[in-house]
Amino acid sequence: MLCQHCQKNQATTHVKSIVNGEYTEYMLCSDCAKEMGYTSLWSDMQGDFSSLLGSFFSNALPERTQATRCSKCKSSYNDIANSGKVGCADCYETFYSQLLPTVRKVHGNTEHCGKRPKVFEKQTEDKPATESETELLKKELEKAVEEQNFEKAAELRDKIKELEGK
Amino acid sequence: MSEVVVKTRVRLARNLKDYPFECRLNADEKKEIAEKVCKILEKSEYDFTRYDMEKLSQVDKIALVERHLISPEFVSNNAGAVALISSNEEISIMLNEEDHIRLQIIKNGLFLEEAYEIADKLDDILSEKLEFAFSEKLGYLTQCPTNLGTAMRASVMLHLPALQKSHAVVRIGNNLSKLGLTIRGMYGESSKPSGALYQLSNQVTLGISEKAAIENLKNITNQLITQEIKSRASLSSDISVVDTVSRSLGILKTARIISSDEAMNLLSNVRFGVSVKLLETLSLDSIDELICEIQPASIMKKYGTELTVSERDIKRADFLREKLN
Repeated sequence: MLCQHCQKNQATTHVKSIVNGEYTEYMLCSDCAKEMGYTSLWSDMQGDFSSLLGSFFSNALPERTQATRCSKCKSSYNDIANSGKVGCADCYETFYSQLLPTVRKVHGNTEHCGKRPKVFEKQTEDKPATESETELLKKELEKAVEEQNFEKAAELRDKIKELEGK
Repeated sequence: MSEVVVKTRVRLARNLKDYPFECRLNADEKKEIAEKVCKILEKSEYDFTRYDMEKLSQVDKIALVERHLISPEFVSNNAGAVALISSNEEISIMLNEEDHIRLQIIKNGLFLEEAYEIADKLDDILSEKLEFAFSEKLGYLTQCPTNLGTAMRASVMLHLPALQKSHAVVRIGNNLSKLGLTIRGMYGESSKPSGALYQLSNQVTLGISEKAAIENLKNITNQLITQEIKSRASLSSDISVVDTVSRSLGILKTARIISSDEAMNLLSNVRFGVSVKLLETLSLDSIDELICEIQPASIMKKYGTELTVSERDIKRADFLREKLN
């Protein structure tokens, strides 16, 4: 079929999205998909809420003022999103919630498992491994999206938004 | 097994906690980091040769890329960018590449666990003296979020002439992403496969341990080996394939002008021929060595840096005739 955006090229990219709980599907050609940011790893991070195909996860996350800067390296979130490069170790804390959707998208996980530097090993032995409520909800949300249960997904998204907004 | 797996590579990325990541470092800070790491390794049991990127010529740098000792991206890093390479070329450490420290172990053949063991040991040596950027949740912190977690990229370089011929590689590639793996051309990121050489590596680094990632990669590699060898067996009785192998060797032995692309593809055919015992006089190792040596910068290192492309193609043909006759 033809791209629904330009109506010229063969559609090669299938985009599913939920904007404000409304489920939509688009077939796009690679050029249009690229233009709209669907081929980029960072597409969720541009914060373009007004875009026609506003993405699901960027809506689910709280907006932040663009003026927030990492106290150590002075990177703003936009610097990171535009370059694809995180400024320093502290940025991962400062911009944790904004980076998380990308991290999840790339790895399908958000929790490290494997080697740790020796200095960290002692500290963690007595720490119980509990997941925060939002983490659990996010997992449920992922599952709901996978199962294409979009009503449930929208509900969960609102809950997460509420919790993270606090 | 080495008929299919040419090389194994395991790479770990590490950053120092007290410095911003590479994109936010100035030249002095980069040099500081490089000196710190070099000093620690000087006292270790390993013997490294130090290459300062700003002092190397472009040809020397690219020759290192062709031998897989540094990444193509590292060529454009300059002040403070240092590569430490062990005398057997098994260990290479890039300082101030995308991350402060990238240590890489390369072994011929399929030796994933062994390579990881060396990387792990080197990492321990460094982490005794240096504080790495690490978070409980996200693991080792890296400049690019695609490397978070173990920050380990394990890869195998595969020679897949039979699977390439049947277009199976593309099909396999589509399925691999579901398993957290990627397959791409020989020189890593965005390069096109040349001479049926592919690189299979783990994509996911967060939420999967080093051991599990290596196990996963090894399983898929073994499956690919089985499939490739099976397809090779059926191809080796096909007269047109046998003809291609013989002609390829014929051209390599007699050509007067040869581009690196043509040479790569012909050597790939010959490598296939050797592996299925169509050509008995050559060894796989010697062909793998030739594949490295016929790359543009490696030819220029041997015959002079001022060579034009067409002069290089003549020298390459001379070199191949000499080696194969």
